[in-house]
Amino acid sequence: MIRLPDSTTSRASLTLPSSLESVNTVEKTAEEFATRAGFDEDTVPNIVMAVREAAVNAIMHAHGYDPAKQFTAAFESNSDALVVRITDQGPGLNPDAIPDPLAPENILRGSGRGIFLIKAFMDEVHFRQLHPGTELTLIKHRAPAQPAA
Amino acid sequence: MSMKVSTRQVDGVTILDLSGRITLGEGSVTLRDAVRDVLAKGSRKILLNLGDISYIDSSGIGEMVSAFTSVKNAGGELKLLNLTKKVHDLLQITKLYTVFDVKDDEAKAISSFA
Repeated sequence: MIRLPDSTTSRASLTLPSSLESVNTVEKTAEEFATRAGFDEDTVPNIVMAVREAAVNAIMHAHGYDPAKQFTAAFESNSDALVVRITDQGPGLNPDAIPDPLAPENILRGSGRGIFLIKAFMDEVHFRQLHPGTELTLIKHRAPAQPAA
Repeated sequence: MSMKVSTRQVDGVTILDLSGRITLGEGSVTLRDAVRDVLAKGSRKILLNLGDISYIDSSGIGEMVSAFTSVKNAGGELKLLNLTKKVHDLLQITKLYTVFDVKDDEAKAISSFA
């Protein structure tokens, strides 16, 4: 059961350099938003991991740890959902070109599971090409409010 | 919290007791170095005790797969011990649960090595 302690909209936007510290900052913010949105103790870590993977994707795959390139993590919690947008300045990401990490020929690869985990843990994942850059939108819906007894 | 590793030998099996987080950066590198180190010292029966691992990300999963492959290529075996529910679920989702030999009892895990 998801609690809905706070149905008002809250927002935060972080613009950060491409570093592991930034990933940790985004992860911490995701935990705060998911907890405040009332997701249960099993769901919060999944949301946090998905957001972390999206941030890692930005700093590592899109920016190659280039400290001159910044990425943005925008959080919005409203009565319907928690929405997180990670925007990078990379060359663009074609999600259809990512090999299936569950395929037998890929199962023993040492990388390539980040986007898969994001999709596994969020309700909706959208990719938007910005030319240059990619905006990755992660959405986790809150359960509908229960009618009053 | 970064990852910590301590190593012990029991009946010819090298047990790596891991604690903390296996994530991109320090945690993954620490695991890679630890496995490389015990392989270099001749260990071929390696048990990763994940009981105190609080968190693994996709990089950490990848590092565990790479460790599994490295040990196998060296003619050895790498098994997992004491998965938390979270790590168990991650291995299920990524279909790696059937790749790794997963144990929940240390004595039985040790005796399972050929």
